[in-house]
Amino acid sequence: MSKHISSLMPAVLAKSPNMCVHIMPLIGRISLRIRQEIDKFDDALGIELPRQIGARSSKDDIEALCLGPDEWTLLMPIEKLSTVQNTLAGLYASLPHSMTEVTGREITFAIEGEQAETLLSIGCPRDIRTIKIGQARRTLFDGATVVIWCDAHNKYRMDVWNSFAPFVAQTLETGVGELAAELTQS
Amino acid sequence: MLLIPCPYCAETLPEVEFAYAGEAHVVRPSDPSLMSDEEWENYLFIRTNAKGTHFERWRHIHGCGRFFNVVRDTVSDKIYMAYKAGEPKPKIDALLEKQR
Ligand SMILES: [Zn+2]
Repeated sequence: MSKHISSLMPAVLAKSPNMCVHIMPLIGRISLRIRQEIDKFDDALGIELPRQIGARSSKDDIEALCLGPDEWTLLMPIEKLSTVQNTLAGLYASLPHSMTEVTGREITFAIEGEQAETLLSIGCPRDIRTIKIGQARRTLFDGATVVIWCDAHNKYRMDVWNSFAPFVAQTLETGVGELAAELTQS
Repeated sequence: MLLIPCPYCAETLPEVEFAYAGEAHVVRPSDPSLMSDEEWENYLFIRTNAKGTHFERWRHIHGCGRFFNVVRDTVSDKIYMAYKAGEPKPKIDALLEKQR
């Protein structure tokens, strides 16, 4: 049985002696689509938006990820959302773009520990190691579209839309359990 | 499973990240009402159904989200190349020669 969305609050989801999956606290999220004059957005936001798909940048408390040729995700503390939204709104008349606040759309699982890479490989068709440290990619996990961030060796974050989160949480729980059982056997 | 090169991501990735989107370079008529039924049928339903080299659209739906074109051999499933949407149809003879 899958978990209820209401149970997906910041807490440990699954734990084994060398692995931990937890649900991260709420963070402000903005989806930004820009087709041209990206430099001007860099200047206004005070952060250089990465130009290569999968590349990330961060400045102060904003984190930016390039998801597609004209698509970025911005992460920031909730308190900062209105500042960024106002900045972008100020640009709108002269620099058309699309800004959508998507804070409530998804949650993030932190996946850390010796078997983090193996755990991701049970649901992701991509070679996890192609997501280098300091990069991120949109891909699949057990059939759901997710964004996987690699922060350090065996330290990942995975953004999942709310509607898929209970299902993905279930897969992660099962995976942590199975990997732990394998260790005890060997 | 196919491994498909995405020209936007510049990576070759598993097929499940992509969605197939039919034959490439099928141009939508600018004024369908001027067309005969036969022409309209042709546009809507009639496709090459190539045995061999095929130009087809794919979308990197669980990735960058972009549509792009792929040249694939429908017999061997070999993918010769991928190119961005809007780019001209590559010359197939030159392409095959290069691959040889
Ligand atoms: Zn792509």
